[in-house]
Amino acid sequence: MIKDFSAQIKKISALSDTTFDFELFVGETAKEAAPGRFVSISCGDQRILRRPISICDASPSEGTIRIIFEIRGEGTKWLSEQKVGGILKVLGPVGNGFKLGGLCDLPALFVAGGIGTPPIYYAAKNTPGKNDLVAGFRNKSAVILEEDMLHIANAVMVCTDDGSYGIHGLVTTEVEKLLLKQQYGAIFACGPRAMLKATAELAEQYHIPCQVSLEERMGCSVGACLVCACAIKGKDGMEYKHVCKDGPVFDAKDVQF
Amino acid sequence: MKPTMNVEFCGVEFKNPVLTASGTFGFGREYSSFYDLSELGGICIKGITPKKRIGNPPPRIAETPMGILNSVGLQNPGIDAFISEELPFLKQFDTRVIANISGNTVSEYCEMAEKISDSQVDLIEMNISCPNVKAGGMAFGTSSSMVFDVVSETKKYAKKPLVVKLSPNVTDITEIAVAAENAGASGLSLINTILGMRIDIKTKRPILHQNTGGLSGPAVLPIAIRMVYQVKKAVKIPLIGMGGISCGNDAVEMMLAGASLVSVGTACFSNPMAPIEVRDGIQKYLEDCKRSSVHDLCGGLIEY
Repeated sequence: MIKDFSAQIKKISALSDTTFDFELFVGETAKEAAPGRFVSISCGDQRILRRPISICDASPSEGTIRIIFEIRGEGTKWLSEQKVGGILKVLGPVGNGFKLGGLCDLPALFVAGGIGTPPIYYAAKNTPGKNDLVAGFRNKSAVILEEDMLHIANAVMVCTDDGSYGIHGLVTTEVEKLLLKQQYGAIFACGPRAMLKATAELAEQYHIPCQVSLEERMGCSVGACLVCACAIKGKDGMEYKHVCKDGPVFDAKDVQF
Repeated sequence: MKPTMNVEFCGVEFKNPVLTASGTFGFGREYSSFYDLSELGGICIKGITPKKRIGNPPPRIAETPMGILNSVGLQNPGIDAFISEELPFLKQFDTRVIANISGNTVSEYCEMAEKISDSQVDLIEMNISCPNVKAGGMAFGTSSSMVFDVVSETKKYAKKPLVVKLSPNVTDITEIAVAAENAGASGLSLINTILGMRIDIKTKRPILHQNTGGLSGPAVLPIAIRMVYQVKKAVKIPLIGMGGISCGNDAVEMMLAGASLVSVGTACFSNPMAPIEVRDGIQKYLEDCKRSSVHDLCGGLIEY
């Protein structure tokens, strides 16, 4: 059940000039965290809308969750300026996460782009087996979670758009190479829409079940205001579902990109 | 002694003056996990139309200084699905249900008023002020003669009190209010959102896919209070005041200006408990001023 609660900031680390890693004490709520779910955080009294941020990890025993976010505007800038010990107004956990259970014995392929990497890391960490992970970033300074990913995946491929680190090129080029070489039982993706679209097309081409986590400008975070609409193929044609309540994770073949 | 909070509005008894505003509260289900909906004076449902509507393409929301713009475009399952699938859920609670109806034509308003009157809703709110749809909506609500026509026709089919929701996107809201009153409206609700726009300077595109949308939130509170104040002087029928209310004191201002009931909308996005806090805030104000009843507030403004 979604709760509205206060969370204390336990740890802050700056992963780059614009990306921040927070550990929040959320008590019992940590038990309800799951890969793909997110929290909506109030970013100061001057802003009406909460900012939805994916959960990157959780420790139910310590009552903590980890979130990683990028400064995108005034709200996330405000959030980045908070200090350890500070209290945040948090709504969550929100949404339906990745369905990681019931996978076949084949390894899974995790595909991440930029700030879509934290939930993919969390999903990969919670999926047993020899799974591979491809993560793409704008450039070297935008690369996050590489060390963490190396601990939980069989092979980790880091790509950058400008070639300043790792493999020069798009994640989807690497995804296709992997699909030609090896069989996967499932694909899980989170990142920019173009990356999700290309990944979904590859998954369809290679007949692999694929789940994607979508993003959209959000209002209430609980499914009441209907603003975070995403086009989903329905029985009677296209319909708008909502990222906060029906998602953020959808079966890729249902999404109308 | 605790002040009494109940209000009679268009012959319907409300346990307290706080409602949720249409479009911000869905059909109540989502917020029922935060508190007992029976705590509310009433719930005004997401606007419904004769047939299902899929709504506008995203983005449907943009943030503004102390406000938001939205352009949902009346996404809803249609009146029949509301009556069969959503209304029974709402009727579990001891609170009033207000059906917000929207049509493209006069006959659609009439059909809906007739159909919804036979359901268990307590009041009908006629939305002639939605800024986010091409046909109907605000087009009806910005001309006195059209308001008169659509309200007087719809009134013939409405067997429940008919409240007309007014658009602020007009030169003189009192003219529209008087037209609705003359056409037989039982009450008025105001204000709907104010047409606005934001532009992403990087892409040079509007943030909203529909280019423009409706502004709500604390930024619009002074406009809403001014309009309630003007309309209160122009008509005799009771008013539901809304627009930017996020705490008890905002609601008290709205009631002093002339509202009998108040609605809380956008405030729910930053604080799911906002309607309950508004109710408690009104009660605290009455206690602090040693007033015995919330009735004392409506139109209690002392003008210069």
